[in-house]
Amino acid sequence: MNLTLNIWRQDGPNAQGRMVTYQLADVSEHMSFLEMLDVLNEQLVEKGEEPIAFDSDCREGICGMCGLMINGKAHGPEVTTTCQLHMRSFHDGDTITVEPWRATAFPVLRDLVVDRSAFDRIIQSGGFISVNTGAAPEAHSVPVPKPKADRAFESAKCIGCGACVAACPNASAMLFMGAKVTHLGELPQGQPERWARVVKMVSQHDHEGFGGCTNTGACADVCPKEIPLDVINQLNKDLRGSMSKRA
Amino acid sequence: MTTTNPTRPAADTFGMYTVGAPIADTKAPTTVPIDKMWTTRKFDAKLVNPSNRRKLSVIIVGTGLAGAAAAASLGEAGYNVQVFFYQDSARRAHSIAAQGGINAAKNYNGDGDSVYRLFYDTVKGGDYRARETNVYRLAEVSANIIDQCVAQGVPFAREYGGLLDNRSFGGTQVARTFYAAGQTGQQLLIGAYQALERQVAKGTVTQFKRHEMLELIVVDGRARGIVARNMATGELETHLADTVVLASGGYGNVFFLSTNAMGCNVTATWRAHRKGAYFGNPCYTQIHPTCIPVAGDYQSKLTLMSESLRNDGRIWVPKRAEDCDKDPRQIPEDDRDYYLERIYPAFGNLVPRDIASRQAKNVCDEGRGVGPKVGDFRRGVYLDFAESIQRLGRAAIEEKYGNLFDMYAQITGESPYEVPMRIYPAVHYTMGGLWVDYDLQTSITGLYAAGEANFSDHGANRLGASSLMQCLGDGYFVLPNTIRDYLANGPFPKVAADAPEVTGALAAAQARIDRLMAINGERTVDSFHRELGHIMWEYCGMERTEEGLLKAIGLIRSLREEFWRNVRVLGSADSLNQSLERAGRVADFLELGELMCIDALHRRESCGGHFRAESQTEDGEALRHDDEFLYVAAWEFAGGADGVVGTPVLHKEDLVYKSIELKQRSYK
Repeated sequence: MNLTLNIWRQDGPNAQGRMVTYQLADVSEHMSFLEMLDVLNEQLVEKGEEPIAFDSDCREGICGMCGLMINGKAHGPEVTTTCQLHMRSFHDGDTITVEPWRATAFPVLRDLVVDRSAFDRIIQSGGFISVNTGAAPEAHSVPVPKPKADRAFESAKCIGCGACVAACPNASAMLFMGAKVTHLGELPQGQPERWARVVKMVSQHDHEGFGGCTNTGACADVCPKEIPLDVINQLNKDLRGSMSKRA
Repeated sequence: MTTTNPTRPAADTFGMYTVGAPIADTKAPTTVPIDKMWTTRKFDAKLVNPSNRRKLSVIIVGTGLAGAAAAASLGEAGYNVQVFFYQDSARRAHSIAAQGGINAAKNYNGDGDSVYRLFYDTVKGGDYRARETNVYRLAEVSANIIDQCVAQGVPFAREYGGLLDNRSFGGTQVARTFYAAGQTGQQLLIGAYQALERQVAKGTVTQFKRHEMLELIVVDGRARGIVARNMATGELETHLADTVVLASGGYGNVFFLSTNAMGCNVTATWRAHRKGAYFGNPCYTQIHPTCIPVAGDYQSKLTLMSESLRNDGRIWVPKRAEDCDKDPRQIPEDDRDYYLERIYPAFGNLVPRDIASRQAKNVCDEGRGVGPKVGDFRRGVYLDFAESIQRLGRAAIEEKYGNLFDMYAQITGESPYEVPMRIYPAVHYTMGGLWVDYDLQTSITGLYAAGEANFSDHGANRLGASSLMQCLGDGYFVLPNTIRDYLANGPFPKVAADAPEVTGALAAAQARIDRLMAINGERTVDSFHRELGHIMWEYCGMERTEEGLLKAIGLIRSLREEFWRNVRVLGSADSLNQSLERAGRVADFLELGELMCIDALHRRESCGGHFRAESQTEDGEALRHDDEFLYVAAWEFAGGADGVVGTPVLHKEDLVYKSIELKQRSYK
């Protein structure tokens, strides 16, 4: 297929960005979206133009490194990561617009590459269970009911890609945070720090410049790991709970 | 049944290498029985007073399971840790992509598992080319890993009673694999990442994201720091410490197409190798049997389908070549060849990876491969779940493998619930790596290597679900105990920022970048990488011959020469420049590839993942030559400037098996 690509180019964090249009011919429907960009980049280099910078690493949908706004939708038309999106989702003659994640808390470094360090700082604020190496009890000493273990796992599948933030009209990271609060809060091991954790994480979230949640559900719609929206309910519930339990 | 063929010619170095003095591990306390060695070593290792630890600094390169686990643990202990990684977050290291599980000798199923059996299986699976003392310790710490991860909140799969579930894996006859659906690596890494971030918050660990190590700094014979490039700004930085740990992963991307992440590279370990760290068994690569076949020339990477699928999937090809383009569902049972079940009735579809891979290649070479033709060949075999779905129900299969089936459908457009999967072997893991002793110290004093970056535990072939175990064993339990023995002698004399070793390393990294930027040739970096990958896959892949390896070395040399003359890197070095990053990595792969071929050439036996066509039994199985090759090949760099590999020096470490009987491996 032949495509017209409108791609965001920006030379550096403080440079003025712009949309640039490229034509790309003979794209195979079996290519992944990022392989299509690889092919475009090879052609650009051959022509003496600088290739487009974009992040990707595992290219199997699990590391969370990739993430593009494709025709205004985080990770594009399918519910998957950008690296797992294939060109069979597009048609000959399509015009495709490609932009970086847009959020105050995710500044652009170059072209389509953004800085998601804010997510790390939210985890640093409390997204963990405090157990030093070697201090763990025997694994079977604390049974975990299967439904709780399963819900913890469903929430722990978050890959930290940031699509939820990019999709949210408020650039809120509540789905990301709710997933972590639910993952750790469902497990017996996570109980001792449960109430303090949620307060610290929410406070860091706000400090980073992420917006508030207005329950649009746009985040869960684009989440490539299909983290359910109700982790945000859990987050709010735990936040309320912390008011009474923390004292 | 190890035989010496009297007609085999004497070893010929082909002028490719020289043989140096033998080496040996001196750290394992071999005077005590093997099950007491680790306890003894931990006791004998010197202690560092808690109040002195913050004065001692550690650099760690890489935040996969080994690096993140070591950084978190050393931070908790109170050392001053700096950790470097090329991704934008420590959580993205490629351990995250491991699917199937992690082994541990818990014997929760009462099916006869034990530390000794895990040790035995690992040594045997590695085709008796691993050092037994290290492997025994790995089996010993395996149970602690599970305890640690559960306490961190890793959501392993559980039974209805609330206890942990286990599955079995290739190369073993017990169920000892702990898992979290098909995302075990992700869950373990998030556990280690969270432990790491906790230390970042406490100030014991400093993170350097989007940083790539380009040189090792060695002062007075000790590893004392690194030169790293800040990939976001292009700035070259020097960082100094009392000791350096490389946990930078494997080098499968030398093949261009592999299941590794796009950024996985050999630069950290190769730069250390150039500074004197021996490289152990570089030719030992694992070709994983269950990957999605190549679909076209534009392909950037290959995707693994977890080996755990072999528990419930049956592998077959049509008996007759003329059936290969038929709808597999229309081919009757009698016309199918379940070749692994036929050849290996005891292990069936669960034979070790190297055997499953080579047999897939064999049936495809016979013209019985399936799937679309790429070039003139069909390179694929069926992995069929029809029988399991019938026996266990679709829901049970969906629960076990749902995400893998979805991933397969996403990539190929076909549903494995309806049509058999197609799989083909792909490069997945490298058993070779920096040579280390029992303490995981390399041949450079004060330089340690952990996880896939070292050569340590898997011999010539790694069993499934053992890499996660090794990485976490190294990171959580081994390094924190052994590195203190070294640090107890510190702090070492302060290294001045303008010491010649520091400025020299910085200047070398800068000169290399300047040279890459100045070539401005005709060919893209990827085109060189792709060509190198073709050479490696063709001649140093699943089957190797003397003739092919000699040819490969010649091809690599001329490709490398062309690279330094004709590569095109655009943009500037003082900003984010992904072409420049790749160019540096490919330059190192072009040197490593030659060493891999030399290692494969010198090892005139078949063992594990290294199959030399000249060394096989009458029925085509790998034939080891323990009389000649019962050793680790540790290579010393003897080259010069960038692109000059020289004539490497081979140091042999004899393998001594006192606790396990040396046998020819059989899975029949």
